[in-house]
Order: sequence, then C-alpha cells, then structure tokens
Amino acid sequence: MIVFANIISLTVLFAVPLLLVALGGMFSEHSGVINIALEGMMIIGALFACFSLQAFDKSGFGPAHPQLAMFCGILIAGACGMIFSLFLAFAAINLKADQTIGGTALNQFAPAFAIVLTWAIQGQGLTTIQVPSWARITRETFGLAPIEGQTFWNTLIFKYFYLTTPIAVVLLIVSYVVLYKTRFGLRLRACGEHPQAADSVGINVYKMRYSGVLISGFLGGIGGLAYTVAAGSGFNSDVGGYGFLALAVMIFGNWKPLPILGSAIFFALFKVIAAYSGSLAFLPKFEGVKDISNLYQMLPYIVTMIVLVFTSKKSKAPKAEGVPYDKGSR
Amino acid sequence: MKKSRKPLSQNAALIGVLASLLSIVIGLLLGYLLLVILNPGASAKGMAAMLGTGIASLDKFGKVLYQAAPLMMCGLSVGFAFKTGLFNIGAPGQYTMGTFFALVCAIQFQLPWYLCLLAAMIGGAVWGIFPGLFKALFNVNEVITSIMFNWIGMYLVNLLIANMPTMLASAWGASNSDRTAALSSANPGAIIPKGGLDKLFGNSSWINISVLITIVVAIVIWVVLQKTTFGYELKACGLNKDASQYAGINAKRNIILSMVIAGALSGLGGGIYYLAGTVQYVIEKSVLAMGFNGIPVALLANSNPIGVIFSALFISYIQVGGAAMQPEYSPETTDIVIAVIIYLAAFALLMRGVISKAFANRKQKEAAKK
Repeated sequence: MIVFANIISLTVLFAVPLLLVALGGMFSEHSGVINIALEGMMIIGALFACFSLQAFDKSGFGPAHPQLAMFCGILIAGACGMIFSLFLAFAAINLKADQTIGGTALNQFAPAFAIVLTWAIQGQGLTTIQVPSWARITRETFGLAPIEGQTFWNTLIFKYFYLTTPIAVVLLIVSYVVLYKTRFGLRLRACGEHPQAADSVGINVYKMRYSGVLISGFLGGIGGLAYTVAAGSGFNSDVGGYGFLALAVMIFGNWKPLPILGSAIFFALFKVIAAYSGSLAFLPKFEGVKDISNLYQMLPYIVTMIVLVFTSKKSKAPKAEGVPYDKGSR
Repeated sequence: MKKSRKPLSQNAALIGVLASLLSIVIGLLLGYLLLVILNPGASAKGMAAMLGTGIASLDKFGKVLYQAAPLMMCGLSVGFAFKTGLFNIGAPGQYTMGTFFALVCAIQFQLPWYLCLLAAMIGGAVWGIFPGLFKALFNVNEVITSIMFNWIGMYLVNLLIANMPTMLASAWGASNSDRTAALSSANPGAIIPKGGLDKLFGNSSWINISVLITIVVAIVIWVVLQKTTFGYELKACGLNKDASQYAGINAKRNIILSMVIAGALSGLGGGIYYLAGTVQYVIEKSVLAMGFNGIPVALLANSNPIGVIFSALFISYIQVGGAAMQPEYSPETTDIVIAVIIYLAAFALLMRGVISKAFANRKQKEAAKK
C-alpha cells in the first residue's frame, strides 16, 4: 500500500508543474500567440525563485517563516516568468515576428543564461542551486506531532507536499472562472479566434494578447519552481523538457482547463511509472530487456500523437493562433 | 534600351546579408555587455577568447571546421524545410536517428564509412517522414509532431542501444556500458577518412573530409531549390499552399518529400559527427543540442543553402571560442549570443526594413545635394 501512496503523491507532485505550465500555454494560445517558450519561462522563474529561497535561507527569514518565504519564492518565480515573457510578447505582438522562432530563441537563451549566472555567482562548475529543506510542508507546519514509521495517509499527504500544490489548485479554479465567467476571458478568447472581429467591437487586441502572454509567463514561472521542488535535486538550469511536455498536455486537454488537469495527471502518472518501472510488481516485466523505463518515458508522447490524429479534425485550437494581428489586414 | 541594373538598396540578397551581420553585431555587443556585468575585470579577455580562439592555431581552426560540418547539415535541414513553409524543429530527433543508424552499421554490421553515412541519411529520413505525414494527412502542426518525435526518438535510441550488447563500449574492451563503442577499436574502417587534410592543418586530430562533403551537399541543395522544377514546386508550396494546389502542384506530396529530405540532411549530420571517431554516443537524458543549433544556422543564412555554409562556420567559430572562455565564464555564454541572434532574426523583416530605409535616406540626401 505504501507503494501506491508513493505513486499517487508523486503523480500529484509532478502533475502540478505540468498543470500550471499547460494552463499558461492555454491562456497565451487563447489570446492568439503560440507560446513555445514555456520551457524557457519555467527555467527563468525557477532560477530566480531558487536564488531568492537561498537568500531567505541565509538571512534567517526562511527557517523562521518557511511557508511565507516559500510564498514569496512563488511570487518571484511568477514575476520573473512574466518579465521574461515580455520578450515574446514584444516580438510577437509589436514586431509581428514569427512566434515559433521568437520562442525558440527564448528557449535557447534561458538555460544558457541560468548556467552563466549561477556560474558567475557560485563559481566555476557549481551550477546547482539547492532548494532549502524547509520549503517542504511537513506535519510540524500544521502543529501535528511527528509519527514513527510510514503510514499510508502520512505518505500520501506529507511525503511530497509543497505549497505549490494548493496554489496550483487555486490557480486552476481561478483560470476556469477567468476564462469562462468573466468579460476579460471572453474577450481574450475572441482575440484568439477572430481578432479582426474582436477589434471591430472595440476590443484592444494588442492589450489582450499582451495579457495572455504575460499570464502564461506568470504560470510558467511558478511551474518552473514547482518542477524544481518536485525533481528534488535542486535547480540544474533545466526543467527536463517539461515545458514541451506541457504543450502536449495542453493539446491533449483540448485547450480547456479541466481536461488539462486530467491530461496533466495522465502524463505525470506515466513519468512516475517510468521512474519506478523496476520496482512495480503489476507492470509487465519484459524479461531480458534492459532500460525498459525508456519505453514508459516514450508512451505519453506516442499516445499524444495518436490522440492528435483522431482529434485534429475537431480540434478546439484557437483559430487565429500564430498569426500576428495586423490592423490593416482583412 | 540598356538593361538597367537594380539599385543597391533593392538588392534583396545583399539586404539579407546585411540584416544577418547586423544581428550578429548586436548579439556580440549584448554578449560583451553581459560579460562586463558579470565580471568586469575579465571581460576583455573573455571576449578576445570568444572571437580569437578559432583562428589562434591551425588545430583550433580544424576544430571549427569539424564542428561546422554537422551544424551545416542541421542548418540545411531546417532551411530546406523553411523553404517549403515548414518549421523543422525535429532536427534533433532526426539527427539522433541518423546517428543511431550510422553507428549500428559501423559497429554491429562492420560496414565502411560511406555506407554508414548512407544509412544515417536513411535513418534521418525515416524520422522526418512522420511530421510530414501527420501534417499532410491529418493536418497536425509539424512543430508539435517534431517536438514529440524528438523525445520518442531519443528514448527509442536509448532503449535500442542498451539492448544491443555489441554496440556498447563494454563489448570492445572498454569498461563503460553507457555509451557506444569507440570506432577506433570497433571498426576503424567506419571512421571518415582525413584525406590528407590533417597534414594541411598541422596534424589536427579533429579535421576530416566531412566539411568538404557538407559543402558539396549544400551546393546540391542550392541547385535543387534554384534550378529544378521540383525545387520550384517546393518553394511555391511554401509561399502559398492553396495557390500552388490550384496551379496543379501536389502540395501533400511536396510537404512529405520536403520533410523526408530535411530529415535525411539532419541524419547525415549525425552520421558525420559520430563517424569522425572522436566522440562516442552517450545514452542521453535530454534531446541533443546539435539539432537545435541548426535553427540559428538556417535563420542567420536566411535559409539560403550557400549562406548556411558561412553561418555554420560562424556559429562553430564562436562555439570553439566560447569553450576557451573558461574558467572566468561558462562556455554557455556563446549560447546567449546565439539566442540573441535568433531573437533578432525572428523579426528579420523589421531588420531588413531598417536597412533599406537607411539606404533610401542616404539616396534622398544625395539627391538633395545635387
């Protein structure tokens, strides 16, 4: 049973970054901008958040108020992701540049910048930023007495519990409400479907698209921190391709918040199974095959491709995504 | 009537080159600024290392050429797909597949190098077919398919190599089983010959004839695109799919063929790099960067196959220089410069606009003087 508690809590842990980043991608694409730079935004968010957490740790603020410090870290991650996303917004909206190429540039920039900066600050070759251990939520956080040994519920809830998880749930609900129940959400979606029509009724398409990209930067940055705490070995200037995986999650979730939650859990489950494939009794064993975890790593991508084939005809992708909006064109 | 020459300011090729040079200059300036911010004392030395190492010695120049060859192939691959209106971000996957096919032929089947290179092309082409097929038949965006197949390709190659005992270094007298066998012990006949170039480059261990092979391939691709009906059809599809279909061009067939050829080019790049005999394929955890570096190469060259030769040489040159910036700066500083260059290339139209405006202003002033 402990194994299942482990798998479930790990799945939730890894679903959180996928969920946040895919939601970010969703906002950007609903506004009409393809955000392929999610990976880069995650890296930048995680980079500055981890540096701040380290600073909080040294100044004593972190150990004294662990969850408040973590909350500040999350805000910093979001803010830095947002600032970084301005580069995409500027190129894609003001300069009408090719969005995929601009995004590729940001993806190339972010990991290099992270390595160069950590190298310059921490010294040659020291490119890992450790996440302080107080960042995790434990029984003590709630004033509960520690218990001996492993129990099912304790493993399920407290083994991998970070503040990013409840915040992700809140952000999911907020995203749903904003996208479907507010005037802003309707206008945002209109700009991704038919910007000319939106403009004709007085909606400022540029402003809407900026909002979409900035929201995606905010969520992407937080997702980067969520990935780093999930990965558990500190920040290493990369986020393991989760930004690209989140794109798949978003497509698999048909650009809608709740299906995105489902597909994030699905992808995370496969990632966890791949990591644990050696020790899970119920998985097929494939006698004599080495490194079978690679097969499980591959599966979510293959499933996405199969799903794309069947759904591409009735895809809910925003119609005008990837097309720079030009007031003069009809 | 005398045929009048086009004025300089309307020469598209020249403006393209100037736009690329302007991007490079801005990229390098921002890179220098970053060095000054990070470590003012060493910035001049760092910049000198980045810009000077490539020609500091014949050995280093040999290394520039050696690294430029696979970059050129990936750049040609991305550029070729661009001409057909496709963004081939799948070059890393095709590159990995080409590497795998080449190494299997070299180590498992003990074939000579030219057959291994052929196999590399086939491997890349097989991986390039998928984005093309998905785009043509199911209208799935090739960027998404390519990204998915980059990861699928990497995990598949890892899985296959781990399960082919003869492929691993441990089967050939070395102790490590996380990488493929060194070609010098497994099959020296699969190493791309040096063709006397090593004598020319002061016994450089890097140089071989691969850079010549890639230049020939680049010229062939240029001829195909510029001088054949097939190339014309591909470019027409890229410019306007609907119009070309109306004109009787089979757009679906062209999309698939274009991706297959692009895949073959990336695959050949992988073969060229790993058959040089200097590196072994290590079982990877993340997608190989070489394929991604094909994107700036193609963008900087404005997708022109001949331009790719020069832009690949430039990128390789500053990468060799970047490695020499240690220990004050990490070699990834070069990647930042390259990223800035791609970012600027993303709004190439704007850059070109700025340059032609500058030309126009000068002409107006000259006219006013008269």
